[in-house]
Amino acid sequence: MKPKLETRDINLSFGSKHVLKDINIQIPEKRIVALIGPSGCGKSTLLRCMNRMHDLNPDAHVKGDIFLDGENIYSSDYDVVGVRRKIGMVFQRPNPFPKSIFNNIAYGLRINKLAEKKEIPNVVEESLKGSYLWDEVKDSLDSSALSLSGGQQQRLCIARAIAIRPEVILMDEPTSALDPISTGKVEELMVELKKEFTIVIVTHSMQQARRISDHVGFMYLGDLAEYGPTERVFTNPQNELTEKYISGSFG
Amino acid sequence: MNTKTSQFIGINLLLLCSILVISFLGIILWDILIKGSPALSTEFISEYPQNGMTEGGIFPAIMGTVWVTLVTALFAIPLGIACAIYLSEYAEDNWVSRSIRASIRNLAGVPSIIYGLFGVAIFVQGMGMGTSILASGFTLGLLTLPYIITTTEEALKTVPQSHREGAFALGATHWETVRSVVLPSAIPGMMTGAILGLSRAAGETAPILFTGVAFYLRYLPAGVFDEFMALPYHLYILSTQHHAIEQVRPLAYGTALVLIGLVCILNIVAFVIRHRYRSLLKGH
Repeated sequence: MKPKLETRDINLSFGSKHVLKDINIQIPEKRIVALIGPSGCGKSTLLRCMNRMHDLNPDAHVKGDIFLDGENIYSSDYDVVGVRRKIGMVFQRPNPFPKSIFNNIAYGLRINKLAEKKEIPNVVEESLKGSYLWDEVKDSLDSSALSLSGGQQQRLCIARAIAIRPEVILMDEPTSALDPISTGKVEELMVELKKEFTIVIVTHSMQQARRISDHVGFMYLGDLAEYGPTERVFTNPQNELTEKYISGSFG
Repeated sequence: MNTKTSQFIGINLLLLCSILVISFLGIILWDILIKGSPALSTEFISEYPQNGMTEGGIFPAIMGTVWVTLVTALFAIPLGIACAIYLSEYAEDNWVSRSIRASIRNLAGVPSIIYGLFGVAIFVQGMGMGTSILASGFTLGLLTLPYIITTTEEALKTVPQSHREGAFALGATHWETVRSVVLPSAIPGMMTGAILGLSRAAGETAPILFTGVAFYLRYLPAGVFDEFMALPYHLYILSTQHHAIEQVRPLAYGTALVLIGLVCILNIVAFVIRHRYRSLLKGH
């Protein structure tokens, strides 16, 4: 199967620090790919390469190519802002804007001119239903997003990301700031979302990777040490380091 | 001496210093209030000075200060905010931006009388504005700029990076991110800084001294190219330049009270804005 997203020889350095080394990974369409590994292994850094988030950091130097449907998003004539419309992102800590719940979701639609004015309420409703938040907030769409609980805020951020109908959603430890119940809800949501979206998730929790992902990549010191179907990697790791990590010997 | 005693002495010494500082403010305000309030009346605020300034009110001085503060605001706020946005959101950390920042810091340390001289050279003569509200407003604007730039930059820095990343991740351009996510969150801090800067400018004498303020005028300014009277300068005249200083002392205190009142009002406005926006952003 042709990959949805594919990195080729991605190298990244912050100043003189070489953080990612020749990463080649293929993300299949409408699957969940989890990136795991000890802190500082470069998994979040790799994720941020995939929507060119490092462009904002003058210290970061990226070499290599990333293809979205065969198109190189790192080629010089590619529209950088447009790539983030196609590849959405959910962050480690919920980061709703200090605006109303409604406007948080309408924001992406407005700046990308994705919907007519009268269409916006429908898309907002649809997106909130898509992240299972609608029933909790339908009567308070005008109140501030910051009045929601942490778990609700994160689901709002997911709704905000899916509202602009991206093709890929990147999630950077989306549940690490949440309690177990909220985590469960977000995990269920991710499994539901993979019917429509391709998802790449960075997680610290091996259990989470095992529960929800189809493929898992183990990273260590800037290398992609192992990558394969989740069950296979967890039951029969090929790399000694992977085995040590998933058995809890370090990490 | 054991640690308990030294802690006791230390804390109380700090407390004493704080009380001392507050009491200075208190004494000043009390003095002005006591000596100035007898002069206060509707006539004092609404009438022209009469009989060689020994009677009557300070209406033209109030209006002059309002005018010149408005010009200062219109000049310094947009310019200062634009500069701060550039420095905080766009400028890379290189020698250009570092030297701009250093210049702004130095600008803040220039004595106000120097601004006055500069205003004469550039605005009054160089640009041919003459001695006018415009020239004085611009001069005061220059004086206020460093303050507005610094406070605006601080306000922009308090906007979490995660909000910017959230907007970028939705496909917003740099400018869209600044305009629709960063600025709304930073507005309360920016407004507070701008208003406090203006309230300082409103009380300055030296920068307007050579650039447009007049000893006495029998008419209100009709436009920005007219000369004007101003509260701080009026106060200066009444307390040092008048032929009957003792006689006009109550009027001087009244003027001081009005000036402090104006500055207080501006500060209260700044406080209210900050408070209202803060609770708005918190979502109550």
